[in-house]
Amino acid sequence: MPALVAVAFVLLPLVAIVAKVDWPNFVDLITSEDSQEALALSLRTSVASTVACIVLGVPLALVLARWDFRYLGLLRSLVLLPLVLPPVVGGLALLYTFGRRGLLGESLEALGVQIAFSTIAVVMAQTFVALPFLVVSLEGALRTAGDRYEVAAASLGASPTTVFRRITLPLVMPGLVSGAVLAFARALGEFGATITFAGSLQGRTRTLPLEIYLQRETDPDAAVALALVLLVVAVVVIGFARQGRSSI
Amino acid sequence: MTVVVEFTDAVRDVEAAVEVADGQTLALLGPNGSGKSTLLGVLAGLVRPSTGRVSIDGEALTDVGPGRPGLMVAPHARRTALLGQDALLFPHLDALENVAFGPRSAGTSRRVARTDAQRWLDEVGVGELSGRRPSQLSGGQAQRVAVARALAADPRVLLLDEPMAALDVAVQPALRQVLRRVLVGRTAIVVTHDPLDALLLADRVVVLEAGRVVEDGPSREVLSRPRSAFAARLAGLNLVRGPWRDGAVRSESLDVHGLVEGPVPADGDAAIAAFRPQAVAVYRDEVHGSPRNAFPVTVTDVEPRADLVRVHAGELAADVTVQAAADLELAPGSRVTFTVKATEVAVYRL
Repeated sequence: MPALVAVAFVLLPLVAIVAKVDWPNFVDLITSEDSQEALALSLRTSVASTVACIVLGVPLALVLARWDFRYLGLLRSLVLLPLVLPPVVGGLALLYTFGRRGLLGESLEALGVQIAFSTIAVVMAQTFVALPFLVVSLEGALRTAGDRYEVAAASLGASPTTVFRRITLPLVMPGLVSGAVLAFARALGEFGATITFAGSLQGRTRTLPLEIYLQRETDPDAAVALALVLLVVAVVVIGFARQGRSSI
Repeated sequence: MTVVVEFTDAVRDVEAAVEVADGQTLALLGPNGSGKSTLLGVLAGLVRPSTGRVSIDGEALTDVGPGRPGLMVAPHARRTALLGQDALLFPHLDALENVAFGPRSAGTSRRVARTDAQRWLDEVGVGELSGRRPSQLSGGQAQRVAVARALAADPRVLLLDEPMAALDVAVQPALRQVLRRVLVGRTAIVVTHDPLDALLLADRVVVLEAGRVVEDGPSREVLSRPRSAFAARLAGLNLVRGPWRDGAVRSESLDVHGLVEGPVPADGDAAIAAFRPQAVAVYRDEVHGSPRNAFPVTVTDVEPRADLVRVHAGELAADVTVQAAADLELAPGSRVTFTVKATEVAVYRL
């Protein structure tokens, strides 16, 4: 019975949103210039941050899963911090690191690089919050696969890079794919860190979630229509992630 | 490829020195935890000993400890292929690609590596399974592919860590024959619990106990006249040698029937029949019915063991329960009959 309540609790709001959609004008609402721009920006930045997550997360997951050193537990907790940190706090932290007056921002500014309130900042905010999803998923896959095949491959004369390319990577591919899909979904939905660190500049930093939040005030119907778009994307992503996991 | 390894491992309390001559196969026997796998690990570069040195043909691979250079060549650069109980075939590659993995890693072209791989698969008798994924292979087939894969990597030393331990008893003889064939003239170390493996695969036996070498000698000597407690318990194998004639091994005093493993000897070939003391039944009276192997013997010694009694009669030995020994009133001088089913006797051409 409590389980049914839980299902209803999750499902009802989704039904409510679908019910609220202004279907006759749906296409117009989601194809308005603002919406199109926000959607395109969201997809671009989410893809970019997913790539960044893979580039940064794969080595990190390898270290967490394969190395053994004293502060490993501490490092893992640190990496997982963005999972539990309120995104707004993450955004603030990024701002005080890369912002104009930030820790690195001043030196970057001297080099003529300005990150805060740019599309780069959006990607960075998304990467910051999405990275743990990829790392956790991949580290789990690496630990499940174990290092026995890697040891066997090395004993056959394969160098560490060959072992990684031909053995490790194919074995953990399902975990990597589902981790990347989850990271993409998290990036797509990013709001708090983005608005804090990147602001809400149309066409540059105003992603779909930000657009929805703004439209809610001025044009609730458009907000609902865009929300449905994100909902559909989320469902597709979950489907992908499940497929990735079941093929392990 | 002369292999020399001498090391101490403080954590596991192992202190051993072993040398394997070029082309020689060494069997490493010993109870669990005696340091056999540690020794293989040190050779393969997976275990860094407290102090020690490993060299192949004079080329140092490990040289660590106080006052040593701290050399530790990476496992992949040693050319010491290691094969364990589990085949560990790469699940995402078919049998052929598994075998081709070693040559490919060494930079051989794809085409040549695949041709080589097929040759090795044929060599171990599973050539027709080249397209199968590991999940579609039985345990015995997978282990054969693993042997082919190890050999294809062209190792200087082949390290086998209980290669048959995880296999069905029924498929062990076939793999043993494969190993027997491919190990000829190859420098190798086989860790095993089975005295038959030591006898058939290896030229020499080293027995480790509690991390120390307690016996070292030619296989047949160690197995039929074990000096260490472990070898005696493990082996004490009944070995009857003689010419093969009319389907039996005929020694001076005994005719032994059994199942031939491997190539069938021709009449007059030297052969050996091996059977375990546990397979021998002891009777006080003449045996009725006609088991193929019935040997009238005189008991020379009765030796109590943990839960069994080992009855010696000259070269032969039988294990019976304490109860049976009492019922049969066994004592030196007793005249009894040892019987063993032909199916319990393994016959090999020498």
